[in-house]
Amino acid sequence: MDFNDSPEEAAYRAKVRGWLEANAPKGAKGASLGDETDDQLDEAKAWQRKKAEAGYAQIHWPKENGGGGGTTLQSVIFAQEEARVGASLGGPFAIGLGMCIPTVIATADEETKKRFIGPAVRGDEIWCQLFSEPAGGSDVAGIRSRAVKDGDDWILNGQKIWTSGAHYADYGIVLVRTDPDAVKHKGLTMFWIDMKAPGVETKPIHQMSGSSGFNEVFFTDVRLKDSQRLGKLNDGWNVSIITLMNERMSVGNRVGEVGGGSLSLLKLAREVIGDDGQTMLTEAALREKLADWYVQSEGLRFTGMRALTSLSKGQMPGPENSVAKLVMATLAQDLANYAVEIEDQFGVISDPSVATSKAASQNTLLNSPGMRIAGGTDEILRNIIAERVLGMPADIRVDKSVPFKDLPVGR
Amino acid sequence: MNFDFSDDQKHLKDEARRFLQAECGADRVRKVLEDSAQTHDAELWAKVVAQGWLGAAIPEEHGGLGLGHLELCCIAEELGRALAPIPFASTVYFFAEALMLAGSDTQKAAYLPKIAAGEIVGAFATSERPGPLSLEAIAAKVQGGKLSGVKLPVTDGSIATHAIVLANEGGKPALFIVDLAAAGVKREALETIDPTRNAAKITFDGAAAERLGGAGEGFSLMEQVFDRAAVLLAFEQVGGADRCLEMAKQYALERYAFGRQIGAYQAVKHRLADMYTKNVLARSNAYYGAWALNTQAAELPIAAAGARISASEAMWYGAKENVQVHGGMGFTWELDCHLFYRRSRQLALVAGAPRVWKERLVSQLERRNAA
Repeated sequence: MDFNDSPEEAAYRAKVRGWLEANAPKGAKGASLGDETDDQLDEAKAWQRKKAEAGYAQIHWPKENGGGGGTTLQSVIFAQEEARVGASLGGPFAIGLGMCIPTVIATADEETKKRFIGPAVRGDEIWCQLFSEPAGGSDVAGIRSRAVKDGDDWILNGQKIWTSGAHYADYGIVLVRTDPDAVKHKGLTMFWIDMKAPGVETKPIHQMSGSSGFNEVFFTDVRLKDSQRLGKLNDGWNVSIITLMNERMSVGNRVGEVGGGSLSLLKLAREVIGDDGQTMLTEAALREKLADWYVQSEGLRFTGMRALTSLSKGQMPGPENSVAKLVMATLAQDLANYAVEIEDQFGVISDPSVATSKAASQNTLLNSPGMRIAGGTDEILRNIIAERVLGMPADIRVDKSVPFKDLPVGR
Repeated sequence: MNFDFSDDQKHLKDEARRFLQAECGADRVRKVLEDSAQTHDAELWAKVVAQGWLGAAIPEEHGGLGLGHLELCCIAEELGRALAPIPFASTVYFFAEALMLAGSDTQKAAYLPKIAAGEIVGAFATSERPGPLSLEAIAAKVQGGKLSGVKLPVTDGSIATHAIVLANEGGKPALFIVDLAAAGVKREALETIDPTRNAAKITFDGAAAERLGGAGEGFSLMEQVFDRAAVLLAFEQVGGADRCLEMAKQYALERYAFGRQIGAYQAVKHRLADMYTKNVLARSNAYYGAWALNTQAAELPIAAAGARISASEAMWYGAKENVQVHGGMGFTWELDCHLFYRRSRQLALVAGAPRVWKERLVSQLERRNAA
């Protein structure tokens, strides 16, 4: 049992480290997904292109798909080294390369694949994923955006919501209803869509955190060609499962930093003076919480290492990593709130030039509710763990065999 | 990256499980639980001795199998899963580890082979009163090679042939090896929350005591022993917690209410998911502890604390929610849920409670992240 690279992994790491040292952008400033400025996007695109030219974009993809023809573990090693030099600028491309393009690869014809794969891998084109709607987030199959046949084309009307990066995306994959008379899972179809097509309108969502990385996307009589269909007519649900499976497998830097955010809390506690004239770090209650969060964070980090070990052996990681987001989101929220509270009255200040740690806790406090909801809510994740990992029976569904048009709707 | 046990170690684990399934069913655990005259399962102990497990981490030159601590972790997990009612932890995780850590060559040669052969049952006696250990909490003292004082609870104190005792000598704490069959030792079994693990009150009155380790090193040696024991105990806790989840899962599938399996209800489903989550984290933290123990890494104090804190939480949550999922039946003597509930407390307390380990962890983090 050890953390060392195998000789092959070590050689690969040394190679990519050397390449990164010579080629990675210095002093890059990433941003949270969707909040990138134009300059940040340009920098991200330039870096993606450079990596693609050297075979370091999508390392685990076959070369014929623009990838590096390497292994998943090599992809992870590169991501770790990239993070080490502060060049993790791949955010804008994560959805496209992690979800949309794999869907295209799985379902589209050669011409479509050829048209889209290369530009996506090079970072020339950015994709977004258009699934969620006001009518259905957790209930993905309950979506209502409607595509009606018109000759060889489809006319799309409806709305998507919570679309990351839609405001700068070039293309997207969109799940729409094509047969409202069928039961809800059997009347859906997937298409690729040009985000600049007439009738597509993107509006930023003003999030509770103040920023607007997510969007609403409105479709008014948008014309889609049948050749834009991904997969069979009315088989969109199965296509969406392919998309979501790929989301689960998308590999990034799985192993986080030591202690997660708990060491930032330790540093903060050392700086804030308590009512006894000592630093807050001397306070027993704080020390106990600090220990709990440190141990939880480290548990996640070591769980990631177990997954990497499986990859290293050429095996699929087990289901243990399904706990990662579930634990992380609540940990982040609770820790941020605790940090804000130890600052006492001062904790309300969110001006980064006045607040502690450039208002990092205040920001996390306001962003963390989204983390507990996006990409699978806490509740859905628990359902998934219980049902898929532990084998519990599914809940009763009252809508599975009802024609979609007859389903009740609320707010 | 190879953050996993080897195939050989996994094989050993499977063998251990098979052995314990055959030799340590719940009925055997219950016999010790229900018969207050039985301090442990002597028949099982003899079979475990014959397996060579006591010497798994003892070097071959001292009569052990010379495998290592990773193998011992694998055995520990299975013992925890089976709730084995034997003095394995005291003898191996505390007594033997203390000897390997601090023993002179003579002491190692005198005791380790006998431990491996099952001729010595060891205990580790530190506690004297309620509350965490501290210098003020130690009244036991050694003068002229004679130990006086009262220790309680001493886990496996009724069964042990020898004990390592924390006592003051010349006003400074040290560890001492005591032959419990010798004069000046009086033992009384204690009634505890977990009768499947014996504990005793031992009164020493001029008992012969042989120092283990340096003068004044009692506390630092004790902490080092506790670090090692914490990792091994964490594997017992992980084994127990996993078993609790299995039991709860099975019941949730078999029990019907309102026309459905209760596992279909989200309140139950989400509870199981939370048990699973804590168990995953506990196992991962235990693995890190295993690595640190096996490599004698500088990170061992932090790794041991993480392993103990995480595993204690997982087994506590798992044990109490296992009762909950079983509803009324979970609250009966007849079902096995309470066996795990009881053992989860014993394991969480025996090497110092989690709250103390959390303080130790933060102290280590402060040192490592000096301003």
